[in-house]
Parts: sequence; C-alpha cells; structure tokens
Amino acid sequence: MSILIDANTKVIVQGITGRDGSFHTGQMIDYGTRIVGGVTPGKGGQEIHGVPVFNSVPEAVEATGADTSVIYVPARFAKAAMLEAAQAPLKLLVVITEGVPTLDALEAYELLQEKGIRMIGPNCPGLITPGQCKIGIMPAPIHAPGKVGVISRSGTLTYEIVKELTDAGLGESTCIGIGGDPVIGSKFIDLLPLFEEDPETESVVMVGEIGGQDEVVAAEYVQKHMTKKVVGFIAGVTAPPGRRMGHAGAIVGGEDDTAAAKTAKLEAAGIPVARLISEVVTLLKG
Amino acid sequence: MKIHEYQAKELFKEFGIVTTDGEAVSTAEEAVKAAEGMGLPVVIKAQVHVGGRGKAGGVKVVTEAAEVRPTAEKILGLTIKGLPVRKLLVTPAVDIAKEVYLSILVDRGARTVVFIGCADGGVEIEETAKTAPEKILRLEVKASELTRLPLDQLRDFAAKLFTGESQVNEAADMMARMGKLFREKDCSLVEINPLVVDGAGKVVALDAKVLLDDNALPNHPELEPLRDMDSEDEDELKAKDAGLSFIRLDGDIGCMVNGAGLAMATMDTIKHFGGDPANFLDVGGSSDPKKVVTAFQTILKDPNVKVILINIFGGITRCDDIAKGILASLEQLDVAVPIVIRLIGTNQEEGRKLLEGTKLIGANTLEEGATKAAKIGGAA
Repeated sequence: MSILIDANTKVIVQGITGRDGSFHTGQMIDYGTRIVGGVTPGKGGQEIHGVPVFNSVPEAVEATGADTSVIYVPARFAKAAMLEAAQAPLKLLVVITEGVPTLDALEAYELLQEKGIRMIGPNCPGLITPGQCKIGIMPAPIHAPGKVGVISRSGTLTYEIVKELTDAGLGESTCIGIGGDPVIGSKFIDLLPLFEEDPETESVVMVGEIGGQDEVVAAEYVQKHMTKKVVGFIAGVTAPPGRRMGHAGAIVGGEDDTAAAKTAKLEAAGIPVARLISEVVTLLKG
Repeated sequence: MKIHEYQAKELFKEFGIVTTDGEAVSTAEEAVKAAEGMGLPVVIKAQVHVGGRGKAGGVKVVTEAAEVRPTAEKILGLTIKGLPVRKLLVTPAVDIAKEVYLSILVDRGARTVVFIGCADGGVEIEETAKTAPEKILRLEVKASELTRLPLDQLRDFAAKLFTGESQVNEAADMMARMGKLFREKDCSLVEINPLVVDGAGKVVALDAKVLLDDNALPNHPELEPLRDMDSEDEDELKAKDAGLSFIRLDGDIGCMVNGAGLAMATMDTIKHFGGDPANFLDVGGSSDPKKVVTAFQTILKDPNVKVILINIFGGITRCDDIAKGILASLEQLDVAVPIVIRLIGTNQEEGRKLLEGTKLIGANTLEEGATKAAKIGGAA
C-alpha cells in the first residue's frame, strides 16, 4: 500500500515534448510508471517514447483514461496548463514547474478545489511510491519500498533524507515533495491523515523549513490525531531574517516562522526534530 | 521585490486609488523647491525599505519654510535599521479626521487572498493583531475574481471601518481598485496605513506599501525599473542573472550546493559543527558548468572566505557537469583556498574520476564535509 499513487496510476505528461518533460518521461517509463499519454498544444498525433501526444488534457484523458497529470511546462505557461488540467476528470495534478507566480498558483488551486482534484506543488520534485510509480524528477536509485512516509518542502534535501532511510534498511511507503512556494496545493496537514490511514506506513518524516506556519499547524494535528510516529527536520537555522532563501516561500517574516521557533513547537507537540540529517534515522528507530 | 512609497503611490494613481500628491527628491535643495511648489505645511518622509520609519525619526511634519532644509538634511543623514536614507518624499500635509488600516495580501496559511482592515489606523498592525485580535477584520476573496470584486461585499466590509455613506462608498471603490492593482501587477501585499478621512471628508491613502511577487516579475518588465539598485547587493543580483540563488552572510566558509533546502541544511550543518557559513548559494537544478564558474567567482569575491564546501546531491544536476565546472574554475580562476567536496548522485563515478589528481578534499557525507570545512575555517 501507499498513498496517492501506485502501480495502477495512469499518468499523462503536460509539456511532454519539451526538454525536461521528454527527458523525465523516459525516466518515469524506465521506472515502471504507467505513462499513457502526453500533451503539447499543436503537437497532437505525434509519439514520444512510444507514448501518444494529444493537443489538450481533456482529449488525452478521454483517450487514455488517465487519472493523474504531471506538468513540466515553463513558468509562463504554467497557469494555462493548470487551468486546462482542471477541465478534465483527474484525481491528481502534480506541478513540477518552478517560478510560478503566486496568484496564478492560487487561481489554479481555487479551481482544482472546486473540481475535487488534488494538487501537488508547484515548485516540487514530485512524488514516488518506490517500486510502483514515480511522478517527477527525483533520482530513482535512492528509493526502496518500505514503511516510512516522507513529506517535504524541499527537493535535494529530501533525497539526502531518503537515502539515509534506504541505507538504513527502512525504505519508504510514499515520498511527496510538496514544494517550496508560498501557496502550494497540498500541505503537511493535507497529507498526514492519508499516511495515518495507510496500513503500510509505520512512521512519517516531515521535512520543513523557515517561512509560514505549515509545520506548526501540522504539529498540532499530529499531537491530536496521529497514532503513528512523526519525526521532523527544519532547514534554515542559519537563515537571516527577511531574506528569501532560494525557495519563494522560505523567508523568515517574524518571530514565529524561524527554524528555532518551529523546532520548539514541534518538540512541544511531541515530535522529535533531527538537527542533523543522520539523526532522522536514529530518531525513527529510537 | 520591495518598492518605495513614492513608487507605490505612482501605481496607486495609475489604478485610480486616491492618494496625496508628492515629489520624490534626493537632496535638501530639491526638498525646499518641492515644498515651495506645494505650499506649507508639508510632510517629509524617508524612502527606505523598512517599516517603523516614523518611530526612527524618518517622517516629519514641517510648518515653517525655514525648517524644510534642516529637516530634510537631518532625515537624509539618518540610517534606519541599517539602511541609509537616500531619497525623501515631500507631500502636502493633510488634515486627518479619522485613520484606519487597510491592506490586501496573500494569506499563505489559508491559501486565499484577503483584505485586512482595522478601524484603528496609523499603528503597527502586527501589534494590534497580538494585543487585540478582535479588532482585525478579514474579507477573503478569490484570486480569480480580483479584477471584478462584488461591490456590495466590499461595501459591507468598508462599513465596518467608516460610518458616513459617501466614505463607505469611496472606500469600497478603493478596495475594488486595490484588487485590480493586486492582480494586474502580481503583488503579494498592498497596504495603506493610514487610510484617512481628510478635512473635506474624502477618503485618502496617506501611505502606500506594495510588495511585488518575484516569481511574476518576468511577466512585468514595466516594474523592473522600480528596483532600488542602491539597496541591492551587486553580487547577489549578478548571481541571479546567472541563474544562481546567492545571499551573502558574514562567516568564512563558502558554500556551493544544489537545491535551496539542501543549501540551508548545509549551512545549518556547518554551524552545528562550529563553523560559520559565508553565504547561501544554490547552483540550481540544471548542470551548466558555466554556472559553477560564476558560483566560484561570486564566493571568492568575499575576502573572508577561508574554505569552500561544495555539497552536490545529483538528481537533475549531473555530478560530471559539476566536476567539469570545478575543473574550469580551477583553471580560469585563482582559487587560493582549500575546497572540500561531497559529490553524490547522478553520474557520481564520472564526476569523481574527472576530479582525480586535483587537490580537492573529498567527503562521503555532508556531515563529514561540514566537519572538515569547519576545522579549516578556524572553528572554535
């Protein structure tokens, strides 16, 4: 078991003929992901990696029965791509694109909510259920099937932590990069209940960073509603206030959203917080 | 991106938001001329990218002609929260019958756009939010409706801030225009504090604060000239142009990392082992070797840097491309400081092979690399 995606998930790729979209389509197919189609306006009828290309998302979904779409288009086309995805009967939309204007993401989120489509991202590495389905850009070899759920606002930092989990023999049930932007489709609090309900997941690692209050809100939920063990990691202890640390959403705005404040609140809620990447495994086992 | 009050007021005028006329000046001489042109009394306001200007002595009402020059000189001599004052806004003083707070912003927690209002204006809204949260009024609106907000909803909200019918209508109209500005220029905040009723009973924005969404700036070339080059770090801007994300800090261990989260975690790990990071640097997701050269150049500009820690976890980024960039840097640049490198992920073998025979100090994990760098950096 896993959450959100598994061996049966049927995926279309928006921006499949672009440089990134094409490369990662190949990678995802190699991993075993059921990529059933792609979308690039004006390029319908072509084939890429043996996959049919369609002119629009509704057309692609109609023809293939896909339930999930992943977006690799450049930031300036992201809004149109997201709004188009909302017009098809999808369950999940994953937005890899970095640099999407906040109000564009928010407009898409509003519409996707109305349509009952879950959104992951933007500005994220995607998600993976090891051994079954990979949707995104994460390197496949570091993952292994297992019992730890991972939710993270970061990309490469997640890879570090996942590698530790895999090397320690724990493996992962599903890993989700939720994205580093201020407005994202799924936050910690939206995904924790899914891991709590998933029988295969035994514990969860929550990788947060400075900016916003999502980790704190999640900690309150964990304390009240979760029976499974949750371990935290918060990046940005050394981040100066008021500066945007690479991710659009990683900015210390006040006293409440520093790494120190978040660490304190997580620990007060009974969530142990690793100071070093290697400590994540220790805390999970402890 | 932050912009100054005088620039924000230009945007206000473009969108028909009623505000005071004013003139932005850089010298006391110009301030005197501006004040003569508009007639006394005037308000002279420091134009710096921080809040709390008033408390710091950066906002003064001047009633006597002879006082304009010395007041302007004094404010131009101020440094507010570390930022020197280089520009002033001179505006006619307004009789204030009532002051309120009004803003529109993205509430990232609630994933919505929201108007925030408070009948007590002119105060620090964060303070009020803490001490009297019941005074903070919210009106959530849809991002997709910002350019056509329902006027009756805005009127209901405005009626909680103002009493007179004409003022309620003026405020509601202003809110509609704020929504339009917010969407069309991709703002993350438009704040008016205070929004006042003047002596003639008109609703006027006395102050203006606008934050622009950096992600949307590529869609708005017209806003780029508003960037205050004086308050930006030249190296940070250059790095940005090269596709790097760079922030200078005051330690002595230069950092080069791929990915923002990992870059922060790398700095944190250095600190954990007693070292002090000299910068935040994310080389980004692609693997153009040229970016690595620019990254080296940027880091090495800082004379405090005693050692560089490179931490790469290859995904999209390929380790051999990073290695090529390092070799090019060693060849082209005068790299006098030791380099600790941890290289793992996509094409790591190829990458490590390329670096064989160089003087780089290898590390298998981030923690090992950070420990080595902290020792060289002269950690306690």
